Amino acid sequence: MITTALLILGALALVFGAILGYAAIRFRVESDPLVEQIDDLLPQTQCGQCGYPGCRPYAEAIANGDDINKCPPGGEATVRKLADLMGVEAKPLHEEAQNAVKKVAFIREDECIGCTKCIQACPVDAIVGATRQMHTVIADECTGCDLCVEPCPVDCIDMIPLPETPERWKWDFNSIPVRMIEAD
Amino acid sequence: MSLRIASSPHQHNQKTTRQLMLWVVVAAVPAIAVQSYLFGYGVLVQLVLAISTAWASEALVLMLRDKTILPRLNDHSALVTAVLLAVSIPAYAPWWLVVLGTAFAIIMVKQLYGGLGFNLFNPAMAAYVLLLIAFPVQMTQWLPPASLQQHALGPMDAVCTVFNQASCQGVTLEQLRLDADGMTMATPLDTARTDLTMGLTLPESFDKPIFQNDLGVGWFWLNLAWLAGGLLLLQQRVIQWRIPISVLGSLALCSLVAWSINPDTQLSPVFQLFSGATMLAAFFIATDPVSASTTARGRIYYGVLIGVLVFVIRGWGGYPDAFAFAVLLANMTVPLIDYYTRPRTYGHKTPQERP
Amino acid sequence: MQSLLDKIAAGQLWSFPGGIHPPTRKAALSKKGIDSLPLPDRLYLPLRQHIGVAGSCLVQKGDHVMKGQPLTQIDSSMSVPVHAPTSGLILAVQEHTSPHPSALPELSIVLEPDGLDEWRERSPLNPAEWTPTSLLERIQQAGIAGMGGAGFPTSLKSAVQQPVEFLIINGVECEPYISADDALMQEQAETIVQGIEILQHILAPKAVLIAIEDDKPRAIQAMQHATQGRDNWFLRAVPTKYPSGGEKQLIQLLTGQEVPNGRRPIDIGCMMFNVGTCFAIAQAVLDDIPLIARVVTCAGDTLQQPRNLWVPLGTPVSDLLHFCGFQPERKQRVIMGGPMMGFALPDLTAPVIKTSNCILAPSRSELPAAGEEMACIRCTACAEACPASLLPQQLLWFSKAKDSEKLDEYNLADCIECGACAYVCPSEIPLVQYYRVAKAEIREQQREALKAEQAKARFEARKVRLETEKLERQRRNEQLAAERAAKQSQSDDQAVTAALARAKAQQASPKLQAEPATGATPAKANQAASQDPRKAAIAAALARAKAKKQTDAAAKAVDSSDSNETAAPAEDPRKAAIAAAVARAKAKKQADTAANTAASDSNEQVETPAAVEDPRKAAIAAAVARAKAKKQAEAAADIAASDSNEQVETPAAVEDPRKAAIAAAVARAKAKKQAEAAADTAASDSNEQAETPAAAEDPRKAAIAAAVARAKAKKRKETDPQ
Repeated sequence: MITTALLILGALALVFGAILGYAAIRFRVESDPLVEQIDDLLPQTQCGQCGYPGCRPYAEAIANGDDINKCPPGGEATVRKLADLMGVEAKPLHEEAQNAVKKVAFIREDECIGCTKCIQACPVDAIVGATRQMHTVIADECTGCDLCVEPCPVDCIDMIPLPETPERWKWDFNSIPVRMIEAD
Repeated sequence: MSLRIASSPHQHNQKTTRQLMLWVVVAAVPAIAVQSYLFGYGVLVQLVLAISTAWASEALVLMLRDKTILPRLNDHSALVTAVLLAVSIPAYAPWWLVVLGTAFAIIMVKQLYGGLGFNLFNPAMAAYVLLLIAFPVQMTQWLPPASLQQHALGPMDAVCTVFNQASCQGVTLEQLRLDADGMTMATPLDTARTDLTMGLTLPESFDKPIFQNDLGVGWFWLNLAWLAGGLLLLQQRVIQWRIPISVLGSLALCSLVAWSINPDTQLSPVFQLFSGATMLAAFFIATDPVSASTTARGRIYYGVLIGVLVFVIRGWGGYPDAFAFAVLLANMTVPLIDYYTRPRTYGHKTPQERP
Repeated sequence: MQSLLDKIAAGQLWSFPGGIHPPTRKAALSKKGIDSLPLPDRLYLPLRQHIGVAGSCLVQKGDHVMKGQPLTQIDSSMSVPVHAPTSGLILAVQEHTSPHPSALPELSIVLEPDGLDEWRERSPLNPAEWTPTSLLERIQQAGIAGMGGAGFPTSLKSAVQQPVEFLIINGVECEPYISADDALMQEQAETIVQGIEILQHILAPKAVLIAIEDDKPRAIQAMQHATQGRDNWFLRAVPTKYPSGGEKQLIQLLTGQEVPNGRRPIDIGCMMFNVGTCFAIAQAVLDDIPLIARVVTCAGDTLQQPRNLWVPLGTPVSDLLHFCGFQPERKQRVIMGGPMMGFALPDLTAPVIKTSNCILAPSRSELPAAGEEMACIRCTACAEACPASLLPQQLLWFSKAKDSEKLDEYNLADCIECGACAYVCPSEIPLVQYYRVAKAEIREQQREALKAEQAKARFEARKVRLETEKLERQRRNEQLAAERAAKQSQSDDQAVTAALARAKAQQASPKLQAEPATGATPAKANQAASQDPRKAAIAAALARAKAKKQTDAAAKAVDSSDSNETAAPAEDPRKAAIAAAVARAKAKKQADTAANTAASDSNEQVETPAAVEDPRKAAIAAAVARAKAKKQAEAAADIAASDSNEQVETPAAVEDPRKAAIAAAVARAKAKKQAEAAADTAASDSNEQAETPAAAEDPRKAAIAAAVARAKAKKRKETDPQ
């Protein structure tokens, strides 16, 4: 009795296993590997503030279970998207990273000695200049990662907040200074 | 002198939530008058109890939630909930019933979901269902219309009865419920259903005094009063036509079909429309914007669903009237209805089309 | 079946869903004519007054301009020029409050009228020369952008390849209060019709549809009169309902068609222009009057004489209000545009621009400020008012949750921000404001995503470049090793040829190096371009590196020898700096000679770069010195801190790096000035090359002297308090 039951169950297990195995191969869904998907969500500033050398390594780390709240340039939005993707609870960003203002690097050109150290540090090649020639930052390409500030031997690089323009204005009425008018 | 910055539009039609809610209360006044004339002053006592409980519990929760109290009390949504619940409860039900119900409606159903605008269910109806299930006896003790009562109750008697379950002269509620022939009176819907289960046909049942001219005594007039209030709301554009029309339409259609098949066991459409809470529910309860569907098409489905559910529950359910259950069940389907009845946006082919 | 054109010819009108009927409040102004505003004292002309890009400024402070003279030059089809509204003096080209909801300053030309109002020479376009190209060119040069509100360049809009079936002229003006177009149609119907004819000439439409709201009987009459007897011109009085003047809504109203999602009206054969734009086109083509003035409605109960005015562009709003008898109240609102879609101005010096059709200064009782925002009760009044059939309350929900995916699913992008939903909202929720914030946020996200993509591409490119460079270096090292091996086994003669070969290889190698880089950055390309000065630079750099090493050693020696003395840490950086400076000066001399040799080796063209480099070097040296001083000062501070027994010294030590830094900065500034002077001399005295290095040396010496003097002064200072 028991043996027949075992045999039948065993046979069933084999058959269903085979069907499942076949289905897995036959109907496999081609999807982006997880790392790719995470990498796409990261802001690609390559700033290394997460403790990894670039966005992709951090994406790999997240895929392997690292925290999702280590990316200050991405801000809350990125954390939320990562939480969605990874199916985990969204955590607040590490303290000081919150509500950071977008910044770009600016080289005080008359102080630049043309050492090229910042050029080597820039992960996105957003600094132009040559040895002993003054360098400058292509503001549009700068990701504001901060990495060029440290290597500068003469401290001539500032991180300045991106100026607000009417196009980028986010309808924050509280930011508008109101001018007084005098009564007639 | 400084300039003021504000977002466009700078103009408003000056119709506020507060006014909408007040209109609902105003439109309920004729029906409340009819109800207290027909069923005694107990209705007014219940109203006072309900309104004070609603305000108190609303203020309490707002205080606990650290919100400003006055502007939110002033939107009068708690007032509307209290009025709707008070008129749904038997006029001489014990005082704690309405207090419990109102507090439940405001605290559990409304505020715990996030306050006005966030509640999934109609607070008044949820509270009604709670009371009906928890205290079935008290909730079904409708007195017969005043004209059929042996003992006339004055305003003071009403207060005594609500608080002591006996009039100031000591006549108990049970005695009040007996008619001239010594029979216990129930609502017409209840009577019809009891008689049906006892094997009587409806025409036989209609001979009882509670049914004058084939329609429940008083209930017909009460429904007419609610209808008048509802028409006022429509005229003032406080509510839109879709929900009441589809509720009444579907209920009438269902009962017409059933009645024409078997008039002995099925209530007539006219009886269905003018008894129980039909008009109250169609114009005042199902139209509660917060818990109703929000799309034009969705509101029709929502109303039809309520109408059909009422017909089904009245005909085959365990309770004589069914609006509270029907409305709550329909409330549950609202997110689904809303999602599938999204209107087609300008320039799009279908609502679901993605750019 | 009846064709669409037949139906339209038969007088059929369609309708659009939603819409509202706010009180129009136009009656008072629509019967009055258009007055002229006296010339204001100042005109502020933003360089950009339309959607697109600003032209480049053609004038500068102190220029005198004629009326109608272009002030900016267009460099793309997305831009139109601005013109001087009157003759006068350019006072400045500076940032000025923009007539934009944000009121952020924008670059504007400040013009002071001279009161003469002198025209530049005008050349009306001869009808014989009317070709679509010449007309479009003229329309663009006249600076015409849509005057209905959006300000899209008219020439760009008209320059389409698709056939135009319906040319729609928008005289609906559905916003309350505004009667500028109404007044214009009443007074200038003939000119507007001429403008429409010009557009007809360009676009060759099958029919012309002119739409005017039926609450403007006088305008309808005037236009009817002016358009009489034209085939396929249809004048339509449309029912008064807001927002029937919206482009998409008017198309639906007149033709029953909807502009498909993500497409433009021209894709269904429609093209729409405002009547004001038509008037401006006629003026530009027939009289060569560019767009320099427009009709502006000034309304509101705080104005004693509300009226329609011809206003030169650039006029500050305050002038307009003043002219109309402005009596501001507490917390006054001044709105540019209508009450439904206009924006409140935080600053009344904002100017009138091409798209400003109304200035509204309502009293509080007239348009009460919005009450407190209450909770949404899902009453769906908004959904019923929405002309685009959106679900505003769902959008509100998702906007608050910042759920951009859901916002997209519920078609936030199709919201035209007409304000009908907020107008009817019983809870007085500023719905439009929520949507605008959400839209701005989504735009920002898209920008960020794009930027992230670019950054990623650049990062990848850089990785590739670094890799190739590494390989390149490796290969060269191998080559060198091979050569060295070969050299050992070869005679002197062969060595010479090998050296020549190497020189060639070296010359080629920077190019090689530059090649992969050009793909990634333009930076490396620069290097290749300036090879010769580079050689000199390399030589100099080598020399400097040596000098630096020596000075470092010296500094260390000084450090270690003096470490016992308590006062020494404070003094060290100073000394070290001087020593470094001296050493560097020496090194520099050598470097300069090296540079000169290198320069004289090559052609004489190199002389200039060499000369240019000198002040540079001074700057570099100064900077390096500063950096070093700073580092050592820090080190000194550390030492001092560790010497916890002698606490007295600590403040001094702490102070020193500060002072040293300041001193260095002063020295640098001096050196720089002199270096600049030297550079000037060098530039003028290009023949006498010998002087250049000498001149360049001077600032160095000066700097040293200054440093020494300062050190002395400091010593004295330090002894004094004690």
